[in-house]
Amino acid sequence: MTQHVSPPRDGTGKAAPVDGPPAWRVQLGRADVRTLTLLGVLAALVLIGGITQPDSFLDTRNLQLVLTQASVIGVVTVGMTFVIISGGIDLSVGAIVALASVWATTVATQEFGFAGILFTAIVVGVGCGLVNGVLIAFGQMVPFIATLAMLASARGLALQITDGRTQVVTVPSVLDLGERDSYILGIPPLVLVFAAVTVIGWLVLNRTTFGRRTVAVGGNAEAARLAGIDVRRQRLYLYLLSGLCCGIAAFLLIVLAGSGQNTNGNLYELDAIAAAIIGGTLLTGGRGTIVGSVLGVLIFTTITNIFALNNLQTDVQQIAKGAIIVAAVLVQRRTASTH
Amino acid sequence: MAPEPPLLSMSGITKSFPGVRALDGVDLDVQAGEVHCLLGQNGAGKSTLIKVLAGAHQPDTGTIRWRGEDVTLRSPIAAMRLGIATIYQELDLVEHMSVAENVHLGHEPTAGGFVVRGRAAKESTAQLLKRLGHPEVDPGRLVGELSAAQQQIVSMARALSHEVRLIVMDEPSAALDPDEVDNLFRIVADLTAEGVAVVYISHRLEEIRRIGDRVTVLKDGRAVAGGLPAESTPTRDVVALMTGRNVEYVFPQRPAAPPEGEPVLSVKGLSRQGEFDTLDLEVRPGEIVGLAGLVGSGRSEILETIYGARRASTGQVLVEGRPLRPGSVRAAVRAGLGLAPEERKAQALLMLESVTRNVSVSAMSRFSRGGWLDRGAELEAARAATRELSLRPDNPSAPVRTLSGGNQQKAVLARWLLRGCKVLLLDEPTRGVDVGARAELYAVIRRLADEGLAVLLVSSEVPEVLGLADRVLVLREGRVVHEAPARELDEHRVLDLVMEGSPAS
Repeated sequence: MTQHVSPPRDGTGKAAPVDGPPAWRVQLGRADVRTLTLLGVLAALVLIGGITQPDSFLDTRNLQLVLTQASVIGVVTVGMTFVIISGGIDLSVGAIVALASVWATTVATQEFGFAGILFTAIVVGVGCGLVNGVLIAFGQMVPFIATLAMLASARGLALQITDGRTQVVTVPSVLDLGERDSYILGIPPLVLVFAAVTVIGWLVLNRTTFGRRTVAVGGNAEAARLAGIDVRRQRLYLYLLSGLCCGIAAFLLIVLAGSGQNTNGNLYELDAIAAAIIGGTLLTGGRGTIVGSVLGVLIFTTITNIFALNNLQTDVQQIAKGAIIVAAVLVQRRTASTH
Repeated sequence: MAPEPPLLSMSGITKSFPGVRALDGVDLDVQAGEVHCLLGQNGAGKSTLIKVLAGAHQPDTGTIRWRGEDVTLRSPIAAMRLGIATIYQELDLVEHMSVAENVHLGHEPTAGGFVVRGRAAKESTAQLLKRLGHPEVDPGRLVGELSAAQQQIVSMARALSHEVRLIVMDEPSAALDPDEVDNLFRIVADLTAEGVAVVYISHRLEEIRRIGDRVTVLKDGRAVAGGLPAESTPTRDVVALMTGRNVEYVFPQRPAAPPEGEPVLSVKGLSRQGEFDTLDLEVRPGEIVGLAGLVGSGRSEILETIYGARRASTGQVLVEGRPLRPGSVRAAVRAGLGLAPEERKAQALLMLESVTRNVSVSAMSRFSRGGWLDRGAELEAARAATRELSLRPDNPSAPVRTLSGGNQQKAVLARWLLRGCKVLLLDEPTRGVDVGARAELYAVIRRLADEGLAVLLVSSEVPEVLGLADRVLVLREGRVVHEAPARELDEHRVLDLVMEGSPAS
């Protein structure tokens, strides 16, 4: 039976003023709970540190050190967060940091001074990211495999360049950046770089079409493609971005260590992935926050510091880190299901 | 019927999830050897009820009696041990394993703790497949290589590899052609003749009349009617029970004058090897053109090729006279094409995102300068587009996954409305949409056409194509076999045309 009636005309088509709760509050909801939880964990850690080692932990120098250490892995984690949100993974970040740091500290490079070192670190990082991106986006390789290959090659190349030796930096302007004299209002410049990368990362993810496309590709790549998004180009850009972050991190590490070594950035890939995950980034893509990842980095760095101050060995630290990853994921699943 | 207790008797089953009461005191009893149909719109509670029956969900309250005894179905294995097998709509097969391995998955024949490979398993699988009328399926083949219909047979063979007394089938005919549906019904008849009970879930009312013995109708988590006789209850009554009002297919009025003007979409000699052949069609602004055909007639493939998601072997797609770059979705979108794909969740929606972000995803450049988003403008535009289509709830920040099927489809349409597209390609626009919500969706589609959009519609429901489209192209095996204004065709004529020459006719 088929009958025909006039179409109902409802919906004015005119945009009415916003009613109901404002969009920001509705959208915040769950992310807010997660951020507060992470902040709570961080506060608890600071409290533990303050109680167990009241003198050494809360010392300004120690706090500066913690933040400086967090900066290097933090910058890497911001790039990693973008890649994971897009549904990918970058296992090569630690190796890229190593390669960029040794390439930027060869005798030849150091002749070009501060600019030469900075430029080389970033170009090497972006170059590696470009190779990753091309293999993944246009070579249709699985990110896990493409970046695993990059991990192996970049580490090998880093060893070849250094021949296993530490390359000491002799450029004074680079070394000065790590000195107390160059602290701004008591904040090390490296930490300011980390803060800037975090803010820019947050803005790019939440306020630009690039960020939106990243989330769309990670949430449903096929839907993104059929919606007219250039998924391959987006993927290419994302691995470039991760490489860029590695280049910046390599420069920070050169300043911090005063040298370049092929063993730099060892297991950064796992630290960055772990920080992103306890920060609430879905390993399957489509969801994640920069703030969560940065809090994840701060939590891990603080734990390492507290354990070191209490003379606990690294093996105990590793066990604690593992436990925290498991606890964080379990807690998040619980909060997710009650919302 | 003998006074023995029913095979299965569920009573007062309730089940709540955060925010929803999915089942609210449902009763269901099933006799041995009957086909008991379970009807209800999406969200009525059918899936939850069968998951309780399969042991996958634990009910909050209520009792389940199995052959006269109280039982608790703690896990899917417990249900299976009793003889309850469930064939889910989304088949749960392992693609990289063979048919035989899938059939015996979880209860592999073993010897001394090792899985026995080879002949015994293959032979018993072959037996089952033969019993199911599909002896041509090779037990050694990988499941991933089989067609959807064959995979379903494998799923059924797995169910029968246990001692079953009750089989639950969740929309088993959804992915099947008519002749495959006939085979399915033959299998169901064989099973019931052996005393096995079948709980059959379908959206297609005519199927229920064909094979059902009794009907239970669910609405909003309650059984609004239990054990109605399937043959004698009028369809209108069943639909009324499901929707709470008297609804049949209601289509909007066509415009008085046929649409004129230059075609906005022209397809010339489009072919894809093995899918469809030298297709020509034109759609004018304000016109709805329907493609009618069976599964496998190349309907969806045609839409996806026009859209650039598949690359044509030969032929051209022109939008307003300009040829599109082949194989490029982006070129198609830029030229003004929009696709509402068949698999909404897999191909169109960002399920983790809000309505706004789903709607704006194709038009982000309109709200951005140098990549920087103006979120206020985005929200306003998305709100305007969703209000235009009366999307419910009227809350742009609602997660799109919480919307009903009809409203999710409206979110996809709003996306293209916001993008300002000229040609809308609709692939099964009412798949997964409640009967009650369809009329509204039809009205929306007609209104978009009246406002000047060209619409190309594909649907496996012939009444939908005939009721909604202005002009209909009938497809058979990838070729247009007939073209006529919709008002000159009726359902029987179209079915004759699509089945002509095929063994099923």
